[in-house]
Amino acid sequence: MQLYLPIAEVAVNAYALVGIGGLVGFLSGLFGVGGGFLITPLLIFIGVPPGVAVATGSNQVVASSISGVLAQFKRKAVDIRMGVVLLSGGLIGSGIGIWVFARLTAIGQVDLFVSLAYVVFLGIVGAMMMQESLRALWRARRAGGVVVRRAHVHTWVHGMPFKMKFRTSGLYISVLPPLMIGAFVGFLSAVMGVGGGFIMVPAMIYLLGMPTKVVIGTSLFQIIFTTAFTTVMHAVTSQSVDILLAVLLIVGGVVGAQFGARFGVRLKAEQLRILLAGLVLLVCFKVGLDLVLTPSELYSVTLAGRLP
Amino acid sequence: MIRALALALALLPLPAGAESIVAGLSQSSVSITADYAGSEILIYGAVKREAPIAPGRTLRVVITVEGPDLPVVVRRKERIGPIWANTDRLRPGPVPSFYAVASSAPLDEALTPEEDLRHGVTLARVLRSEEPTSQPFMDAILRIGTAEERYFTQENSIALTEETLFRTDVALPAALTEGNYTVRLFLTRDGEVLDTVKRTIWVRKAGLERFIFESAHQQPLLYGLASLLIAGFAGWAASALFQRMRW
Repeated sequence: MQLYLPIAEVAVNAYALVGIGGLVGFLSGLFGVGGGFLITPLLIFIGVPPGVAVATGSNQVVASSISGVLAQFKRKAVDIRMGVVLLSGGLIGSGIGIWVFARLTAIGQVDLFVSLAYVVFLGIVGAMMMQESLRALWRARRAGGVVVRRAHVHTWVHGMPFKMKFRTSGLYISVLPPLMIGAFVGFLSAVMGVGGGFIMVPAMIYLLGMPTKVVIGTSLFQIIFTTAFTTVMHAVTSQSVDILLAVLLIVGGVVGAQFGARFGVRLKAEQLRILLAGLVLLVCFKVGLDLVLTPSELYSVTLAGRLP
Repeated sequence: MIRALALALALLPLPAGAESIVAGLSQSSVSITADYAGSEILIYGAVKREAPIAPGRTLRVVITVEGPDLPVVVRRKERIGPIWANTDRLRPGPVPSFYAVASSAPLDEALTPEEDLRHGVTLARVLRSEEPTSQPFMDAILRIGTAEERYFTQENSIALTEETLFRTDVALPAALTEGNYTVRLFLTRDGEVLDTVKRTIWVRKAGLERFIFESAHQQPLLYGLASLLIAGFAGWAASALFQRMRW
């Protein structure tokens, strides 16, 4: 069924949109990532203009994150206090990011910057997660299934001032590292048009030492607000949020997120991380390849005064 | 005296061999609704003449359909180290968002290059740049537009009967920009333009599409909040539904 989208100004297959929403929602519920880094390339692939894809994608991420976080709340796997601290940092970073995004758009380098950011951050994060979880899995197997785990690993992060108790995570650490991580992720989310879960999740595990089961819910909790902020910003500055497109993605997304969250319970934390790392590396590889390969068309035409 | 002469001239029938064009469209407006998936416009008409048809059978009809002009930026990628990045750019000013050319004969036969240039008929003429350095950018606009099927030329697609009646169908794509579409009809003989006529097709979003588009532009903040509300409700509803199912 072809459907004409009023803001994107293209006619696309409605079922394809529901399918994309469902796939991304599933991953969102499974890994606690917003899925922005998947939905934007997929929408562009089916012919939605990039600016509309970024803005509407963030709206869809709001819905699937809410759906996912409610499932996590039931399992008491959301550290609200940590989420709020991350979020305060996130809004500061997001404000800076939106300014940088506008500057890059004006000079025509936003595509390149976004691609480079994808390659660098997805690459680093993916490689780190893959290496760590493979090692954990290997250790677990050698020890005959008995893993001796500390509550969390002490790093440089734990020696900073302004300590605060995060009961749900079982942490007593300084608020500065979560604030900085939040700001950094907020910046990236505004510039890259993603929720930032793929950076947030490993940062919470490896830098803050939060337990994996709390990480996903807390990440989703924080993503809701970051992407909500981004959606409204895009709607106001460039009118590039397409409600009709969003509704179709959301219908697929919220259902997918429920399936994802339930499927995730059956997997081990290490397996979950290996899968996420694999996915992240795959997207990183694809984006990197597009940067290096000679494009078939060297020129590009974009409407002036709109997002690329 | 002069006035009387002018009146006499005006009352005279068309000079021998003078031919003009009369045209109509199957529809003068297109409503883009949610299920819009492209539409076909029938363009038809006749050649009006007082004298018998001149021999030679060199009468031709050329029709152009032009979408609203939009300002664009064209960028060129170059290899910098291992990666490809945008380097040069051109802002050529507004270019047509849609451009279709139909003719009753091959275009080089239906229109001399001089007439093409004077009336700006083919897109290659419309997208001509004064400066040689910007020409590759203009060529790229044409190439990309053609690849996206926003620009096309249909030679021999106009059926011209008895050098008098003509008709053709022009397909408007599903990805249509809102605005006024100008239809120009050219009547030519031996490649020289005898007469031109202009018609307009109004392309407007309608119903839900119109409502969404206007809300997004007139009440952007409310629109943004509304989209969040929808997202929030959908997220909650799915969660509640799945809990009730106890699955």
